[in-house]
Amino acid sequence: MSTVQGTGSELPGADAVAVGKTPSAARQATSDPAPPVLDIHDMTVAYHRRPVLWDVDLTIERPSLVGIVGPNGAGKSTLIKAVLGLVPLASGKVQLFGQPAARQRQLVGYVPQRESVDWDFPVSVLDVVLMGTYGRLGWFRRPGRAEREWAMECLRHVGLADFARRQIGQLSGGQQQRTFLARALAQRAEIYFMDEPMAGVDAATERVIFSLLRELRESGKTVLVVHHDLRTVPVYFDQVALLNMRLVAFGPTQQIFTNDNLRKTYGGRLDILEAAGQALADERRSV
Amino acid sequence: MIAYNTGVVLAGASFLGASSGLIGAFALLRRRALLGDTLAHAALPGLCLGFLAWGERSLPVMLAGALASGVAGIAVVAVLRRFTRIKDDAALGIVLSLFFGAGLALLKYIQTHAVGGSRAGLDHYIFGSAASMIAGDVKLIASVALVGLAAVVLLYKEFRLVTFDAPFARVQGWPASLLDFLIMLLVSVTVIVALPAAGVVLTAALLILPAAAARFCTEWLSAMLVLSALFGALAGASGTMLSAGGGMPTGPMIVLAGATIFLSAMCFAPRRGILARALADRRLRRRIDDQKTFLAFQRLRVPAGAAGMTFDALRSEVTFSPGRLRRALHRGEREGLLVGDGATWKLTEDGHRRVASLARAQRLWRAFLVEYPDLASTFADLDMERIDEVLPTEMVAELEKI
Repeated sequence: MSTVQGTGSELPGADAVAVGKTPSAARQATSDPAPPVLDIHDMTVAYHRRPVLWDVDLTIERPSLVGIVGPNGAGKSTLIKAVLGLVPLASGKVQLFGQPAARQRQLVGYVPQRESVDWDFPVSVLDVVLMGTYGRLGWFRRPGRAEREWAMECLRHVGLADFARRQIGQLSGGQQQRTFLARALAQRAEIYFMDEPMAGVDAATERVIFSLLRELRESGKTVLVVHHDLRTVPVYFDQVALLNMRLVAFGPTQQIFTNDNLRKTYGGRLDILEAAGQALADERRSV
Repeated sequence: MIAYNTGVVLAGASFLGASSGLIGAFALLRRRALLGDTLAHAALPGLCLGFLAWGERSLPVMLAGALASGVAGIAVVAVLRRFTRIKDDAALGIVLSLFFGAGLALLKYIQTHAVGGSRAGLDHYIFGSAASMIAGDVKLIASVALVGLAAVVLLYKEFRLVTFDAPFARVQGWPASLLDFLIMLLVSVTVIVALPAAGVVLTAALLILPAAAARFCTEWLSAMLVLSALFGALAGASGTMLSAGGGMPTGPMIVLAGATIFLSAMCFAPRRGILARALADRRLRRRIDDQKTFLAFQRLRVPAGAAGMTFDALRSEVTFSPGRLRRALHRGEREGLLVGDGATWKLTEDGHRRVASLARAQRLWRAFLVEYPDLASTFADLDMERIDEVLPTEMVAELEKI
């Protein structure tokens, strides 16, 4: 059952990632300091003339696993949507690997919220994963055998190879989430954005996601995850961004994920803080 | 032998239906079907203004006017949605009724004020009249259908992506708004050329009915597109025949034909149809009844010396109705798993084997749920007797040992 748990082989094709030279690789060759993976400067985003994100400055220097946490309505999803160009910026700029984000589409993988699509849509699981390859295919070209094999490999990696031919509506919620993860893997990205991938999924799916995150980090990728479960933050993420319309704190989880910072983010809701504090203490003990 | 004129009309109506079906499938999946309806209604004032500006009936001018005002109507919907708090349905309703009302007023004005015989028949645009179609119209319809087909074939991958998940398409760098606009443009042009034959009131049905019927029949987009085009062509052709035969307006007849196809698909489509679902539900219920009945035999055991289990004894073991129990017993007899004399029943040799296999499956599933609780939602299919077909062999072997 190792395929189901996704802990088996290393990331599919991790050594053969066909992104050519990423900008960071190119810079390193000329011994310039590598540009940061993600650089958000002075970002303000408004919905219906009401700012939901205010003056966000956030720089991820090195590849890592980053959790984005904060209360409901804190702008967590908005933050990644703004970086991806899905919602307009009222002000500010975003750079990926030293270039404007709009010019780095090939380096970006995206796992949207599961509810964002119609799962009754007449496509198979494999069709959806193949959509991850469309970006590199370009106009008019259809996915061929190479793309199919690659998509199947991504499906195997999330333990869904047996479901490739199913219509997507026949999957459980966790399987649908894994389909989206496989589609993002199929993008062969350098930086992944995941919007609440662990919301309402079964334990098997959560394990697949967890081991996937580890493997992505080991192959030098960056993953930003909108996360809602404070107890698992210290376990999952190297760095954490605490968000509540403005960026409260950002940095290594061990330094940033403190009761003080959490109180600044969530206010005085002690039940949440106690659970989170306990989780952090457990994690420190196990390190 | 079909008369030349009838042939022209039939060909036109078939092309019309096919292209509406093809493009309508994307409109339906993109949840834009009502937009097509608004567009058709909003086309009427432009149609009339085209007539007034040209001074006589000229199809190209009137259709250009229709397209302009239809698109203007859609633009008003977009503006209302973007800059006010009015919701989608209200915006569509406002624009539809406003433009249609204006169109009706213009139509009345033309009928009372315009000179010449050319004004006659303008009201045909309300409910449609395919009978007046001439070869030139069919050429126009056919070329629109071909352009639509070419676009769908060429941009199949792109259309599918943007219809399923537009934000993801945008992240990959696709111009999602442009692709969306292209789909809407195809919808608009298809609706506009359908107006003379199907009428402003009912053209949208040609977009929706074939696509909705096709969705019942298949799980795959490519098959849905082909079926939807076929259903559309069928609705167009048969509706036209009905209208020519009975002297009825064409639009309503096409809609009736389309609705017949839709209802048939809804009832009789394999797998997704109402009948197929009801049958599948019944099969599942019967299978569960059978399993519970057989397991009741195992639990109760036939008392020594008795010919078999009495009906009342079995009844106290199962929770479903006596009728269902009786039918389950009859099925067991028919399959040679039970023998009975009408009052008592007992298992045959095959019946004992079946009970053993059922009991094994139950035991293994129970062990599976304990050992792999987190895989339950993915694999567990507890009424599945042939557990070996669902779970990997090694896992079954492991469960056997527990």
